Amino acid sequence: MLSSVAERVYWLGRYLERVENTARLVNVYSSMLLDTPVGSHIGWSVLIDITGCNEEYEKSGQSLEEKSVVKFLLADGKNSASVINCVNMMRENARTTREIIPAEAWEKINNLYIDLREAIGRSIGRRARQQILENVISDCQRIFGVLAGCMNHDTAYAFIQIGRKLERADMTTRMVDVGSISLLPTFSSGTSKQRLLLEPYENVVWMNVLRCLSGYQAYRQKIHSNVKGEDVVRFLLKDNEFPRAIGYCLQDLVGHLSKLPNNEEVLRAVARVKKVTNEVDINALLQRGLLDYIDELQISIGDIHDELNNTWFRPVELLKVGQQQSQSQRGKMSLPS
Amino acid sequence: MTIDWKSYHPGEFHDELISSPGHPRKAARVLTRYLASLSDEELQHRQDSVNHAIKTMGISFTVYSEAGNIDRQWPFDLIPRIITKKEWDVTSKGLEQRLRALNCFIHDVYNDGKIFRNKVVPKELVMDSGNFRPQCQGMKPMHEVWAHICGTDLVRGGDGNFYVLEDNLRVPSGVSYMLENRTVTKRVFPELFENYAIEPIGEYAGQLFEMLASIDPHQKEKPEVVVLTPGIYNSAYFEHSFLAQQMGAELVQGSDLCVEDDHVYMKTINGLAPVDVVYRRIDDVFLDPEVFNKESSLGVKGLLGAWLKGNVGLANAPGAGVADDKVIYTYVPEMIKYYLGEEAILPNVPSYLCINPQHCEYVLQNLDKLVVKPANESGGYGILMGPKSTKKEREEFALKIKANPRNYMAQPLVALSTAPILVNGTVEPRHVDLRPFVLQGKSTYVTPGGLTRVALFKGSYIVNSSQGGGSKDTWIVNEE
Repeated sequence: MLSSVAERVYWLGRYLERVENTARLVNVYSSMLLDTPVGSHIGWSVLIDITGCNEEYEKSGQSLEEKSVVKFLLADGKNSASVINCVNMMRENARTTREIIPAEAWEKINNLYIDLREAIGRSIGRRARQQILENVISDCQRIFGVLAGCMNHDTAYAFIQIGRKLERADMTTRMVDVGSISLLPTFSSGTSKQRLLLEPYENVVWMNVLRCLSGYQAYRQKIHSNVKGEDVVRFLLKDNEFPRAIGYCLQDLVGHLSKLPNNEEVLRAVARVKKVTNEVDINALLQRGLLDYIDELQISIGDIHDELNNTWFRPVELLKVGQQQSQSQRGKMSLPS
Repeated sequence: MTIDWKSYHPGEFHDELISSPGHPRKAARVLTRYLASLSDEELQHRQDSVNHAIKTMGISFTVYSEAGNIDRQWPFDLIPRIITKKEWDVTSKGLEQRLRALNCFIHDVYNDGKIFRNKVVPKELVMDSGNFRPQCQGMKPMHEVWAHICGTDLVRGGDGNFYVLEDNLRVPSGVSYMLENRTVTKRVFPELFENYAIEPIGEYAGQLFEMLASIDPHQKEKPEVVVLTPGIYNSAYFEHSFLAQQMGAELVQGSDLCVEDDHVYMKTINGLAPVDVVYRRIDDVFLDPEVFNKESSLGVKGLLGAWLKGNVGLANAPGAGVADDKVIYTYVPEMIKYYLGEEAILPNVPSYLCINPQHCEYVLQNLDKLVVKPANESGGYGILMGPKSTKKEREEFALKIKANPRNYMAQPLVALSTAPILVNGTVEPRHVDLRPFVLQGKSTYVTPGGLTRVALFKGSYIVNSSQGGGSKDTWIVNEE
């Protein structure tokens, strides 16, 4: 398989997953805010924090009101991580790998693009938003379904899945992060009034984090207890059975990587992330705050991406200056070079 | 209002489906009757399905000038054009004959030059051609074939006969649209296929792959064939990826390939993998920055060397364009006689060469009646359509011709045949041409029919997709 094609299908998988995740995020967040009390100061800016686009957003000079934030995340052509742009890039990657992916998958991707371009403007207001985002989510799942059901499970498929699982692990770290940043600052530095107001809602926030990841049901089935920050964080970081938990994603990555040649360095990078998630003491972590830990985790996930680059997409001997983009800075979602 | 063939008037032109208003040609009777039986709603429904199919399948092409919106949907008219198998069998033989002669000519040009010594074609005309590649002299490609894929443009004149307008021997495009047009028509008019014996066209990709495999210098059982594209911004990118997909070949860009010790490799996740045949969709001049255009980032350093050493098959061969020069074109009937000892089955359009002083004088005097073409442009660029030109355009063109007569030839405006297209629920005649595709490797193959291109504007003769033309499905119908 061509290195350039491997890179494109990898990004196809990443963008497809990113589109689905961002749609979930906005959808669940919209419903969560209806549950939290007026004056709790959990605002829409958290969504900008999650996607790591703070700088870009500030530059755009827009307000932190619902409409602006939602528009930025879904429909803003200038935001490289917006859903409409990710769909665009995904389609472009599919268009340039049409000789690899099944024609049916291409048609579905193309249709998602055509439909969303028409509908995205309406997704900014609350009324149509939920329906449109649900359509996007189910379109993404259908596309993954066609890929899983109609494509050879060969190296190209492995790269799509690697992109997908890496993106998913990255998004899960961001979701854990949001649970903590929407709560912890208020607990540690907020006024006592705010703390009192928000305390009963701690599990509402964590519940919605789980919902964002479609993990509420899975969590309840497995943990059998009420939703508690500590249990949720452990579940999302370490679980090996819930498909959106980082533990599961890493295990799945190893499965796909083992089909590829010269995979030693990449597997080592995966093992390093595993170590970071396995060895952490969740209790202590919640006491001192998640911020630094999430940083460390995201950097180590970024290292996997860098190793993919070095091993298969742009091997060092062919590397030209400025062609490689590192993901190992926290925050901003990675983009192909 | 449903379709009424009595009010369809092609005027003085030969029409592909109708012999006179209300009287369809024999092979078109079932089709025309069927179309007239459809209600407005049904017709509109078919048109909607066409648009939907094209949109969903992502059939598109690119127009360079429309920056920002690079992908444009393929303009397709749903009424097929019908050609009888009887007529096509002869035409097909003519196309094969023509390509065989052209390949003999190209091989001769780069090797013995017999045709020059025998004074059939003047040597200096070839040496002056912008498409002559001195680097290729002495090369003997597999089967002595240089132009493996040829798109020959045919037009039907007022007399109802096919004429060859030009041969495209460099990187002819359009075959994917021919194939997709059929797919769309099958989706939209499945019932018509029951009533007609229509020649299937689906085997093109298989034939193409077999032809490419036949020029593998190593004659491996499973040769590695790649399609070399200039990339996603090229107007024919859709076609490149379509053909790669249909053949199960790798679609590569120049940056995916490299040449080491005169062997071609592609960069894969396993490392460098050997390549046996390159179906290149990049012009000669961009093919190898070591030899041709130094600035080219599309090509592959050393590719020409690898080919000259016989380590890789290259289709079409570099330098094949020497025979697709519009001045050389005028000599093709003589070439057929010279190399094959046969009479040309398909006639050329009568032509005037500006390098011939008498012809040039005639051309300059009659610019308002002629179509003047530069020798080696494609896509309808740089052409003067005399009867539709302004005085200023003619004066400018006269200066260009005087400055470089070798670079121009002229033809009378052929009264291109028409075919009905659907416009707002009724039918109107539009001019059409036909581009069949001919393959030559170890053996030859001609597509049944080809790509029918349509000038979408009333009265227009410009059918090129790059200039707003559309297309139709083309049926070769067996009446027996």
